[in-house]
Amino acid sequence: MSKNFFLKSTLVAAVIILALLYLVPTLGGGKLPTWWTNILPSERIRLGLDLQGGMHLILEVETQKAVSASVERTSQELMRKMREDNIRAIQPQAGSDNTISLVLLHNSDRAKLEDLVKRDYPGYTVASSSTLEDGKIKLALQLTAAAAKHIADQAATQALETIRNRVDQFGVSEPEILPQSEGRILIQLPGVKDPQRAVALIGKTAQLEFKLVDDSVNPATVTKATLPPGDEIMSLYRRDHVSGRVDKDPIVVHRRVAMTGATITDARVQMDSQYNQPYVSVAFDRAGARQFADITTRNVKKRLAIILDGKVQSAPVIQEPITGGEARITGDFTMEEARDLAVVLRSGALPAPVKVLEERTVGPSLGQDSIDQGFTSMLVGFCLVVLFILLYYRLAGVFANLALVLNLVIITGVLAAFQATLTLPGIAGIILTIGMAVDANVLIFERVREELRLGKTPYAAVEAGYGKATLTILDANITTLIAALVLFQFGTGPIRGFAVTLSIGIASSLFTAITFTRLLFDFYLHQFRPRRLLI
Amino acid sequence: MEFIKSNINLNFVGNRGKAFIISGLLILMTIASLFLHGGPNYGIDFAGGILVQVRFAEPTDASAIKKALDPVGMGQSTVQGFGEKKNNEFLIRDEKKGLNLQGLADRVRETLSKTYGKGKVEVRRVEMVGPKVGQDLREKALLAIFYAIILIAVYISGRFEQKWGLAAVMAGVLVGATLLVQALISAMGGGEGVAMVWLILTALVVTVGACWLLKLRYALGAIVALIHDVVITVGVFSLLDKEFTLATVAALLTIIGYSLNDTIIVYDRIRENLNRAGKQGLDVTINASINQTLSRTVLTSGTTLMVLLCLYVFGGGVIEDFALALLVGVVVGTYSSIFVASPVLLLLPEGRPMTSRRSQRPRPAPARLAMGEAETTPAQVSPAKAASAARQKRGKKSRGKGKRR
Repeated sequence: MSKNFFLKSTLVAAVIILALLYLVPTLGGGKLPTWWTNILPSERIRLGLDLQGGMHLILEVETQKAVSASVERTSQELMRKMREDNIRAIQPQAGSDNTISLVLLHNSDRAKLEDLVKRDYPGYTVASSSTLEDGKIKLALQLTAAAAKHIADQAATQALETIRNRVDQFGVSEPEILPQSEGRILIQLPGVKDPQRAVALIGKTAQLEFKLVDDSVNPATVTKATLPPGDEIMSLYRRDHVSGRVDKDPIVVHRRVAMTGATITDARVQMDSQYNQPYVSVAFDRAGARQFADITTRNVKKRLAIILDGKVQSAPVIQEPITGGEARITGDFTMEEARDLAVVLRSGALPAPVKVLEERTVGPSLGQDSIDQGFTSMLVGFCLVVLFILLYYRLAGVFANLALVLNLVIITGVLAAFQATLTLPGIAGIILTIGMAVDANVLIFERVREELRLGKTPYAAVEAGYGKATLTILDANITTLIAALVLFQFGTGPIRGFAVTLSIGIASSLFTAITFTRLLFDFYLHQFRPRRLLI
Repeated sequence: MEFIKSNINLNFVGNRGKAFIISGLLILMTIASLFLHGGPNYGIDFAGGILVQVRFAEPTDASAIKKALDPVGMGQSTVQGFGEKKNNEFLIRDEKKGLNLQGLADRVRETLSKTYGKGKVEVRRVEMVGPKVGQDLREKALLAIFYAIILIAVYISGRFEQKWGLAAVMAGVLVGATLLVQALISAMGGGEGVAMVWLILTALVVTVGACWLLKLRYALGAIVALIHDVVITVGVFSLLDKEFTLATVAALLTIIGYSLNDTIIVYDRIRENLNRAGKQGLDVTINASINQTLSRTVLTSGTTLMVLLCLYVFGGGVIEDFALALLVGVVVGTYSSIFVASPVLLLLPEGRPMTSRRSQRPRPAPARLAMGEAETTPAQVSPAKAASAARQKRGKKSRGKGKRR
């Protein structure tokens, strides 16, 4: 036997052994002994979401809202800062297109204001100014595009981190959270049991605000016209546990936000022994605790509205100053809601609301069914092809079938080795490869038959057949590879899985058809030296 | 065992007129069907919307389900049975614009549970795609098909005509122009993605024209065959009123790859025969090549179809449409490799002999040809060639004897 032969057979043997090694974890099921897991591969084949069940989400962070919220906050802060610097002005208003307009009472303050803006708010420029009739100056401050983009980017990054926190606490194994272009976030939660709860948890903005209630106004009779300035009407939500009905009652609060949930360090679910209802207890950090103590001291006997995402959860009376830095959020929660709220408060509020752009969920039962059906069709297809090839090409058919088996082993081995994801279309790809792998062998065998017909000896015929067919096989398969590559680029999730298995299948069938079957032929011809080739 | 006899000689090239007519009719059927249906039947992947696959514990029907969905605004959605009857599984689909998709799946489950009872409703699968994402996917799908075809044109021009440079330049220009127009369209305000379809169609037509003008014969044949395959598959899907989903596009791209596979096998044979045949007409060579590769073509298509049929029958509802697309595609693809791709090679006028540079070296002496090394079976050798070969033999003899006239 030539040296070439031994080299090639070693290569083939190596490939077979490697592939099998990588397949053991998947085939073995159960637990592998420690001596194995220490040095040899121990990862099973990764199943896609459509096979193991799970959820695929694409969220979009509405960064524009983060920017406008920031502008709004700035306009509020500005008043306070101007007072410190002795600049007299009317309360600044945030306007559309990220502008803040304000009116200075004295022209002499203008220089001081511009200094203040340059010093404390570098993202703003004075866009326009006009003198009013009574000598006052009207100014418009504009948030620069660069500053706006910076806020938007920061919001997107922060949202990603917050969501990651929440998903971590939700307890899904191997979640995937990836940023995408244009402020989008891709989330994959394999095997998640309650997908809708997960979506609610992830998407909750969780903006916690404390506002003081204005008890001087009767919420039942007040209208927009009679509403005092600086106040707003909100809705207090109350749920009847027996009937499950939710009631809304109007409540009048001071518009100014007394405090936000930004300083919360911890949130836990506790049980109220008196009413036997769960509530969430939140703890503030030092600065937050001081702020809270301040508010409660100055407003004893007044009511404090606790607002979550624009809905008033409760408005308890402040009995006494709370200096311990802890607050209670009650609100007719179920145990599950309380738990989710705690998670969400712990992970922090989202800097901007998120919108669900795409959601694909597959329940675990469907996943298992898909696996079963996929494998049934693969098995039947495989058997049919094997039988047919055997009948049509006889001995050479045996070689082709062995190559087919090797193909399947290699494909699954590579999938396991690279931890590429196997999806349902991926299984279809493997099945398609079974049909197409035959092609390479057919090309070779037909050529060999032709050469035999011309009168060549078996050895010469095999030699010529392989020689001529190889180039054709390469050409044909490379073009299918091009299509698979384009598919990979363009596709996501399941489609990508298809492109991957198709590509691996093509490469593998090239290898088995050109190298492996040739090896088998060579061995057979050398060993048995037949005068006729059964093909 | 042999299905196709080795000395088969069917006249494919001669009948190409009839084949073109059949293809033409099929393409017309596609256009008609698309026109009647108002465009392809886009699934939610491309149109946006929500799809819910629900299994009920007890038998029910579409109208009852629709009534139950009224409270969430989905009383007008499409409800179809899915899979086997005994599973009581239904597919609920709603593509209405303006549907509030946020948290809709949850609301659907709640309202169904309320009507049918808790625990009697199992949501097996949910797919929700926002409208903007749907449009994005549509554009990406069209571009993907376009890129695949262009790349293939370059590869074929290179491998079969050694015209890598020319093809690459053409591809670059076409892709650049397409992207430019696309950017212009989106700058001018989108246009619902219909503009994109027309853009890609135009780009493909221009590509065909470019190949014609640049005399990229093989690329022309391949591209025409591919476009033919994609169009007819889309047509069959439209005729059967099947949905167009991401999986369908994946199937189309696979069909492109597979059909090309077939086509290249024939082209390779043609190129090989041209190297040896010399003075034979292109049409004769092409016909011979098709006949020689017929056995392999039938076999490979046969096994692939066998396998796809298994997938279609056993694969389950989710993969059914995908398998169907591939089935249709493989059949059409095989047909096009034989009756479209190769005859199209003859459409361009036969300027220079269509050979690769290798064969432009001095040919082997004619005597060799007569020794039976010819690839073609005796029936293929045209009478003219046989006569000239015989004449040359006689000529030698007469020169030797010194006969003078």
